[in-house]
Amino acid sequence: MKLDQILEKNKAVILQGWVEIILKAYPDETSRFIKSRKDRFDNPVGHAISTGVEGIFNCLVEGGNERIASFIDDIIRIRAVQDFRPGQAVGFMFQLKSVIRDVVADDLARQDAGLVRELLEFESRIDEQAKLAFDIYMKCRERLYELKTDEFKRNTFRLLQQANLICEVEGQDASAN
Amino acid sequence: MAKLPKPEELGKIDYTPPSTGWMDTPVEFKPGYFCNAAKEKNLAGLHMPNARTWSVKDEDWKLPDNWKEIIMEGLRERLEKYRSLRIFMDICVRCGACADKCHFFIGTGDPKNMPVLRAELLRSVYRKEYTTAGKILGKFAGAREMTIDVLKEWWYYFFQCTECRRCSVFCPYGIDQAEITIVGRELLNLLGLNIDWIMGPANACYHKGNHLGIEPHTFKSSIEFFLDDIKTITGIDIEPSFNRKGAEILFVTPSGDVFADPGTYTAMGYLMLFHELGLDYTWSTYASEGGNFGFFTNNELAKKLNAKIYAEAKRLGVKWILGGECGHMWRVLSQYMDTWNGPADFLEVPKSPITGTVFENARSMKMVHITEFTADLMKHNKLKLDPSRNDDVRLTWHDSCNTARGMGLLEEPRYIAKQVCNNFFEMPENTIREKTFCCGSGSGLNASENMDMRLKGGLPRANAVKYVHEKHGVNTVGNVCAIDRATLTTAIDYWSPGVRVSGLHELVANALVMKGEKTRRTNLRFEPLPGVEQVDDDQPEEE
Repeated sequence: MKLDQILEKNKAVILQGWVEIILKAYPDETSRFIKSRKDRFDNPVGHAISTGVEGIFNCLVEGGNERIASFIDDIIRIRAVQDFRPGQAVGFMFQLKSVIRDVVADDLARQDAGLVRELLEFESRIDEQAKLAFDIYMKCRERLYELKTDEFKRNTFRLLQQANLICEVEGQDASAN
Repeated sequence: MAKLPKPEELGKIDYTPPSTGWMDTPVEFKPGYFCNAAKEKNLAGLHMPNARTWSVKDEDWKLPDNWKEIIMEGLRERLEKYRSLRIFMDICVRCGACADKCHFFIGTGDPKNMPVLRAELLRSVYRKEYTTAGKILGKFAGAREMTIDVLKEWWYYFFQCTECRRCSVFCPYGIDQAEITIVGRELLNLLGLNIDWIMGPANACYHKGNHLGIEPHTFKSSIEFFLDDIKTITGIDIEPSFNRKGAEILFVTPSGDVFADPGTYTAMGYLMLFHELGLDYTWSTYASEGGNFGFFTNNELAKKLNAKIYAEAKRLGVKWILGGECGHMWRVLSQYMDTWNGPADFLEVPKSPITGTVFENARSMKMVHITEFTADLMKHNKLKLDPSRNDDVRLTWHDSCNTARGMGLLEEPRYIAKQVCNNFFEMPENTIREKTFCCGSGSGLNASENMDMRLKGGLPRANAVKYVHEKHGVNTVGNVCAIDRATLTTAIDYWSPGVRVSGLHELVANALVMKGEKTRRTNLRFEPLPGVEQVDDDQPEEE
């Protein structure tokens, strides 16, 4: 059987396994909540993870790279502020590899050279998207620091303006972020 | 109730349980989660106990030797004073209905941010001291000794609650977690354990009248600064008065409206509306702050900071007081001011000079919220409005916790919003009105050093905003809270870029057709109005 057929057939198992690994980073009470509460507004983290991993998986299998960034973004944006170290925050992308290896283990044992090649290619695709995940993570962290300075500017701009300590250059907004 | 694991989950049980239970696991102070310690000068300025220089990260918090005695005595005193507290300590059956309702739990995933567990931090000490079972059985009865680790845990988690009360909506017993946090913070303040983001503004307010510590002449010139912008946009000269004796109405708003964008546009909105009505009102440079960070410290300080509002109303001889767009300010005013510093029997029952409506709801307190006032004007067709000027705004409404859950101000803001804006879209039902999600930065937690925490807390709110942004193209979140205007702007910028935050009276003023105004080309932010072509400044104006 070809890799994409195996992945398609075992999609539910793979996604469940991937989510389980992601949720291991949270305390038991929390991961139980994230898994069980289905409403996307009561449980935004769970919703982002479940729809995100499915979206990423589909894009990887079907090769639709346009939308993959938004699925990765939904997950990374949360992890970027949830006190994960950078490696942990993006590490969930690599964890998909071990989930898939478990699924194809029996087929690999039959020393199917074609399957091995397909698997290595698929894993390279994951690596590529993991780099994208890291870019998104960095953008989120940078944004966080920009937001701090933006907020500071909004809080002080009027006073500086009044004190004639700031002036607007024609065509530019001095308060612009 | 705890859920039973499924068979497949049982098969994967990890046989290495944590070395200690929650009661015995000391809190880990994670950067980005907590605010900086209150500075000595701010503690001393307010005559708070134990004024000294200290740092949260230090092992030694420089507490008095008898700190434990002070805490236990403080708890005893409050249990006697507040019957509600005693009930909240005894009545919880740990059903878990509140557990997943807190924005900080949803955003952080930290179980100690479940309201039930946050309350349990205090309740466990109460049990040990005040219940027979707790005294005899200790941990088996959910009781524990007060230790320095417990104290630090209180500090960490009571300053991770925004007192928004969403959890209390779901509690079958109506336990008010905000009151537990309020008492927890009061106890911590007995030892000089506050955060500087609260203590600094409270100290400034005590000495200068407002949270930013702005002096009267600067307060006045800040408002006058807006007049130039209003003149440029509308061609109309406005001359507000300050500290004017004999005015009919005293107007009090959070100082954030006067100094911090985008609240400033809301302040311009007040000025334009009052001018158009010809309202006989005055600003005060003494009662120049409607907010009250004393409320996040202790009851006495909150009362002290609040006293200036009635005092100023009496000094100026006004008939009644009008309050600007605000959140916690309004909860403090509507629920506490009358009993703290009333009776305001020198004032009259508020009556709109424009419509004649008597605000019976304010019969005792004598202060009216501006959305009640403006909704009444619109109901009586007293304003000429052109909502098409807001046609580039696709609006959703964020119910601020204090005005919505604290006092049921749900319909008035929506009524006004729909009069001035043609495109209005509600967020999902479980995220608005009484069930509204907090901005994640209330109750004095809108500092900079805890930005990570604020963004986590703001996730559930912003997540619902993102949904209507994607579904309906919503680009603006309206609200009536100065802290929302300052902090939701940041949270939404992170979670749902492309959506901005606006006060309600900013939108009202954009739609308000004023007598004698020139053709408006921009909104209050100097952005082109929809459908209006821009012309160069040096071209003659069309009058």
